[in-house]
Amino acid sequence: MTQHVLDALPAGTSATPAPARRAGNPLAKLLLTPSVAVLFLWMIVPLAMTLYFSFIRYNLLNPDQTGFVGLDNYKYLLEDPTFWPSIGHTLVLIGSVLAISVIGGTLVAVLFDQPFAGRGIARLLVIAPFFVMPTVSALIWKNMVLHPVYGLWAGIFRHLGLQPIDWLADYPMWSVIVMVAWQWLPFAFLILLTSLQSLDTEQKEAAQLDGAGPVRIFVYITLPHLSRAIAVVIMIETIFLLSIFAEIFTSTAGGPGTETTTLTWLIYSIGLQQFDIGIASAGGVIAVVLANIVSIFLVRMLAKNLKGEYDK
Amino acid sequence: MNDPMKAPIWVGVLGWAVALVIFMPIFIIAITAFKTEQDAYTLSLFFTPTLQSFHEVFERSHYLAFVTNSVIVSFGSTFLSLAIAIPAAYSLAFFPGPRAQKTLLWMLSTKMMPAVGVLIPIYLLAKSAGLLDSVTGLLIIYTLINLPIAVWMAFTYFNEVPKEILEAARIDGASAWQEMLHLLLPTSLPGLASTALLLVILSWNEAFWSLNLSSSNAAPLTVFIASYSNPEGLFWAKLSAASLLAVAPILCLGWIAQKQLVRGMTFGAVK
Amino acid sequence: MKRNAMICAVSAATFAAAGFASAATVTIATINNPDMIELQKLSKQFESANPDIQLKWVTLEENVLRQRVTTDIATGSGQFDLMTIGAYETPIWAKKGWLTPLNLPASYDVNDVIKPVRDGLSLNGKLYAVPFYSESSMTYYRKDLFDAKGLKMPDQPTWNDINGFAEKLNDKANGVYGICLRGQAGWGENMALVGTMVNTFGGRWFDQQWKPTIDTPEWKKAVTTYVDILGKYGPPGASANGFNENLVLFGSGKCAMWIDATVAAGMLYNGKESKVADKVAFAQAPIGTSPKGAHWQWMWSLAVPKSSKNQEAAQKFAAWATSKEYIQLVAKDLGWASVPSGTRESTYANPEYQKAAPFAGFVLNAIKTASPTDATVQKVPYIGIQFATIPEFQSIGTVVGQQVAGALTGKSTVDAALKASQASTERAMRQAGYLK
Repeated sequence: MTQHVLDALPAGTSATPAPARRAGNPLAKLLLTPSVAVLFLWMIVPLAMTLYFSFIRYNLLNPDQTGFVGLDNYKYLLEDPTFWPSIGHTLVLIGSVLAISVIGGTLVAVLFDQPFAGRGIARLLVIAPFFVMPTVSALIWKNMVLHPVYGLWAGIFRHLGLQPIDWLADYPMWSVIVMVAWQWLPFAFLILLTSLQSLDTEQKEAAQLDGAGPVRIFVYITLPHLSRAIAVVIMIETIFLLSIFAEIFTSTAGGPGTETTTLTWLIYSIGLQQFDIGIASAGGVIAVVLANIVSIFLVRMLAKNLKGEYDK
Repeated sequence: MNDPMKAPIWVGVLGWAVALVIFMPIFIIAITAFKTEQDAYTLSLFFTPTLQSFHEVFERSHYLAFVTNSVIVSFGSTFLSLAIAIPAAYSLAFFPGPRAQKTLLWMLSTKMMPAVGVLIPIYLLAKSAGLLDSVTGLLIIYTLINLPIAVWMAFTYFNEVPKEILEAARIDGASAWQEMLHLLLPTSLPGLASTALLLVILSWNEAFWSLNLSSSNAAPLTVFIASYSNPEGLFWAKLSAASLLAVAPILCLGWIAQKQLVRGMTFGAVK
Repeated sequence: MKRNAMICAVSAATFAAAGFASAATVTIATINNPDMIELQKLSKQFESANPDIQLKWVTLEENVLRQRVTTDIATGSGQFDLMTIGAYETPIWAKKGWLTPLNLPASYDVNDVIKPVRDGLSLNGKLYAVPFYSESSMTYYRKDLFDAKGLKMPDQPTWNDINGFAEKLNDKANGVYGICLRGQAGWGENMALVGTMVNTFGGRWFDQQWKPTIDTPEWKKAVTTYVDILGKYGPPGASANGFNENLVLFGSGKCAMWIDATVAAGMLYNGKESKVADKVAFAQAPIGTSPKGAHWQWMWSLAVPKSSKNQEAAQKFAAWATSKEYIQLVAKDLGWASVPSGTRESTYANPEYQKAAPFAGFVLNAIKTASPTDATVQKVPYIGIQFATIPEFQSIGTVVGQQVAGALTGKSTVDAALKASQASTERAMRQAGYLK
């Protein structure tokens, strides 16, 4: 094993900091300042404006009606019968996509860790969906794969003598989940494969000699090795999945009914289809709060996971 | 790579089957793009290929203008975010103050802000700054939304650099600037390259801000796609041709650089 | 920092180019339908005739277009000099003072524009947008299928008739569905049709005190009829089908009947695009209990926002794009059957058009009899057939459209959908200050 233990987080526990590297070094501060400053502005200015809009009446189509309305916008949003379901839909979407991409990504990565003929080319095909624009990917899935009359699945079903299924109407959430997972599985695959390839082969060979079967090797050697990479995948994907938009916009537009209305879509619909910026801003504020709650959980999980790594 | 022995044949079959299933949707647009509109609605693999749809797409849209904007915006913003992120990551990795961990996580948390919630504020700001439909406006936005990822990734690569080397250099009297330039960048270059690649991909495919903040002068490929997405009549072949044109450049780049990507996408997850 | 310098140079160049050209650049926001794409193609002739004007096209799909132009005009951003907007937006935006009243040359012959269309785009006698094409709704059916079953479509069918026909003609085994209707949620999609059905079954959006009346028996009758007929005899995936999807379905011979926009006629009779060109026939839009408001009125038109910096050039192009000469140009390029319809009396008086478009007189009549001021059995405080011309309607129609689509897929019952719609509409009207 290499000497240096990596910490993905610059915690206070980091390996023996030399005195010269102590905080308070003016140069260090100077280098950090631009990033912190621009990100702070990027966060605080829109947030402050959103907060302000959330307390006033502001409809783009009716800009003459203005004025402070107190918590009315929040009240209208919370009374909206689609609000709570939309949070549920968001969680279902994120949870399912994470599960599919992590489990699927791990399995595919293990498979592609084996040498087989044409592996390099096959790997190109597997990572391809990650490069496809979300709008394009949703258009392909909606029109050419899931379409109940002309789509690929409809063709296969008819070939088998079955009645084609109207995926986007009958299983809208599943359709969206599969579509999004298709894009993010390759990402998980990439990171997990990288991690797998760094696994010590000697350890595996030793286990093999001891008579351990592939399943045991996977559970006791591979999986623990991957745990940190999995944590990273979950964190990065969650950040992107929280604000997932283009796929829903292009494929189901939140419907049918409100079956695929996530919080992001609800805010979009209120703000840019119905043009009520006041209520949409209230939604934005709530979304920021929720995203921060999620991020606290994520950080906890990640930190715990990393701590486990140290203990070994 | 790890095992010099060939895997059993079923592993290869399974691997290829998985790859083909995952690739299928892209394969479908790739062939539909070369069909006529009438053929596009059948799943047949046997047809006479035609470039008709591409001709129509080129006639209707200034494809080159869209590609140019996409290239400028995605490469430019990647460059800018790295330029701001690398010093910050350096500082966080080698001079971690007591709040370093919190700073890094806070940076990531700014990415969780839902874009739809703040579109109108940003739109109004962009309007008063005269940055609507301008390449500069998109460059700024993309730089900001990618900055946290850039800092995070660069930080993890710096963290992998054995600290002893730096200690040795410092004893030799190297300045921080020399240290960064001659020691750190070369060792973490593969990682930074894969960071850059990831940022380019993310900016290339970003569809919310580009659709809302640009119309003609600065419009990248995502706007180009929006003009083909749901028109009247038969449109699959044209849509496929346009999609292929929008996806192909980044797909090729990704494929060419995939070794880099596979090696570099660690996010500090690899020991 | 060579690269940085390059980027700066490129952005500077972009700015310079924009600044240099702005004297005569007209940026046009438009929808990606075939008529507009044809306009974009033919506009090269306008540019060569007017070398001082340069056109820039921003072609977007309908939803994106609406969102972009509304944001632009409401914030006064001035990114667009010419906007493609509909019958709903024009009077509302004109009233807000967001649009420039048009100053058309005498050669434009404004009186040639069909009167109800002109009226719909005017406020206080001033024209605020020029119609590119306009439409009403009607019933399309497959004559061959009707004949095979010995059925006869009356000139003025009722929804009862339609239901009976759909049942008899539904032949799922052979991939022919009894009826195709708009199912996609949206105030301009499923609610356009459902709105006319509500009218013709005697319902209305609001009573005289602006109280929503969505939980009334008239609404229930209309929506139940719609859900039943489309659910039982419609194609799979009906809840995702808008105008475009249905056009493809009917044009490829998969529907026995279709009730939709009159503009589809030109496309269905065009043998190049449609497999049923020689089999399609038409009748009026079906009625329920009253003939009032049974067919809608819509026009896609070009308007110049106040925020535009090139008003004059923009007006000039708008006038050209909706002129008699332009219609002649399209006729020369694509044939008379494909010219923009529903805008000018002179088009309908043209014998060549009458010959190429056997539906011409019928469509003209539908457009002329669609009356936004007299579309409901009971009195209403609003103008409009398939919508109410108030700013809040867009939001209300979106939400109700979602509920109706939910009922169509069976995710909720009609009763539940209407109850939820009533509640949310009341909320919206209370918030907007119509209701105390």
